Amino acid sequence: MRGGTAWRVTQAVALLAFAVFFFFPLFAMLDFSTRVPNGTGRTGQAWANLFQDDLLRSSIVTSLLLALFTMLLMLVLLTPTMIWVRLRVPQASRLIEFLCLLPLTIPPLVIVVGISNVYAWVSYLLGDSPLTLTFAYVVLVLPYSYRSLDSALASINVVTLAEAARSLGAGWATVIIRVVLPNIWGGVTSAAFVAVALVLGEYTFASLLNFETMPYVIGLLGKSDAPTSVAASLASLIFASALLVALSFVGRRNRSSKGA
Amino acid sequence: MAVLERTTTGVAVSLVGLRRTYGKLNALDGLSLDIQPGEMVVLLGPSGCGKTTALRILAGLDRADEGEVRVGGEDITSVPANKRDMGMVFQAYSLFPHMTVRDNVAFGLRLRGQNRARRLARSREMLDLVGLSAFEDRYAHQLSGGQQQRVALARALAIEPAVLLLDEPLSALDAKVRVQLREEIRRVQLDVGTTTLFVTHDQEEALAVADRVGVMNAGRLDQIAPPTELYARPATRFVAEFVGLSNRLRADVSGNQASVLGSRVGLLDGSVQQGPGHALVRPEAVHIAESGEPNAAVVSVAFLGPFSRVQCRLHDGQIVVAQVPSATVAHLSAEDPVRVDVDVDAVLVVPD
Repeated sequence: MRGGTAWRVTQAVALLAFAVFFFFPLFAMLDFSTRVPNGTGRTGQAWANLFQDDLLRSSIVTSLLLALFTMLLMLVLLTPTMIWVRLRVPQASRLIEFLCLLPLTIPPLVIVVGISNVYAWVSYLLGDSPLTLTFAYVVLVLPYSYRSLDSALASINVVTLAEAARSLGAGWATVIIRVVLPNIWGGVTSAAFVAVALVLGEYTFASLLNFETMPYVIGLLGKSDAPTSVAASLASLIFASALLVALSFVGRRNRSSKGA
Repeated sequence: MAVLERTTTGVAVSLVGLRRTYGKLNALDGLSLDIQPGEMVVLLGPSGCGKTTALRILAGLDRADEGEVRVGGEDITSVPANKRDMGMVFQAYSLFPHMTVRDNVAFGLRLRGQNRARRLARSREMLDLVGLSAFEDRYAHQLSGGQQQRVALARALAIEPAVLLLDEPLSALDAKVRVQLREEIRRVQLDVGTTTLFVTHDQEEALAVADRVGVMNAGRLDQIAPPTELYARPATRFVAEFVGLSNRLRADVSGNQASVLGSRVGLLDGSVQQGPGHALVRPEAVHIAESGEPNAAVVSVAFLGPFSRVQCRLHDGQIVVAQVPSATVAHLSAEDPVRVDVDVDAVLVVPD
């Protein structure tokens, strides 16, 4: 059919246009980061620097650890709280929602200015490791993680499932671990992935509080060693995209296991 | 565990003076109820009468402000729900979505530390009992509503509970499945002999399955009696109206008898003792004849299959509804003169 063909061609063109739009900068980054400075040919030096440059390497480790700790602390704080609120204190759900979404309404800059006083104390008590940023990052990722968990919880009848499990002899811990968690697993993983992706790209907090995280060091390197800085940016972009793709797969598998 | 050695012979259950308020609402107003071992008691009442609250307090899912819950003579008022040893089927579908039917049924056994072989055997046995052994590898979303509730029943019974609690388990199902499943629930209950409390707002359902029906009204038990007695001898006007005594006919009480439509009939306990009142009469107890002195005119005839509902206006203006075999009124039409009588041994006469 003519209409069908035209539609398909339009689709292909649109797809191609978007692919070029998204991938061309990435390709340019790859190209730039593998050029020999002031010469011809290719070099892997900028990419090798990711592992050889002490500052960059340690900042990558810091960021990965920050992502991990933020994710864990967020999950440990938020998941049981939200399940508990649904089960036992539903009247507090509005308050929790308000608190969790609050960071979204305040610009990061304002949060940092406010939080810097707190951080004087945090540094005093816990030392000045950049990993103390975990606390600020947990606040930062709250709104997004809250949304994932909330929609997962809304999709099942938590109260009835919990009561059924209780009547069969399950204590609260068993109810949460064996009954509620497996049924909101999709929401938990997406909350975790969103937290990781956000932390790996966070610049404002780190730079204003002077912690050497990967995005901060990439910014710094941009002034002295552009190819390495671009290689690091590209690497973190690829890592974050891989995470997001993984996330969509986890979500899909979850849905299909429910639908099969 | 001691629980597992117990046979399925039922235990006695007592609710003593239960009170529960939610804000200003009095959900339970001093409810007392004794259930005999192995008995099936149905609590019947409109929504908000406190029947579900009573069941949830017995399950340990809600707390009474006052009163006591006793099972097998033991006070379990402060025992948490997961230590109460009660199987429960909920109105909402409650199978665990991430488990197969088999794992759902075996869940309670697993919590009791039974080994895999025993769990498998027991879940098979329970699924056989509800006729779903072919479905043990399925998930909840692959079952119909009726099947899900049958699995929920199997799951509740698998743990050999002291008491079986059914919280409007049939409300979400369509009419045909509801009738089938209620018969099945009764068969299974008689089979295993578990003391059972069933809560429903459906009068027919209650009368069909219960050993005794308790009618609840505003947080209290108005009457508790076997279905036939409840039907024939309602103790209060609320009970009478709730179990289908929809006609209110003027009556005159004197000498322990009431005069209704010219007939002298006996009085039920709780009736007006002297003077005028209204007798509550169910439509099946009203007779229509074309012979004899006419005292009414037909208003309408509604055909319901084997029976028809005939509405008549008495000569004094009162409206009375009769439910009679369709064959006897097939030729009646509006404005036909008829003779209306009541055919009942005793009536409840309430004050005007």
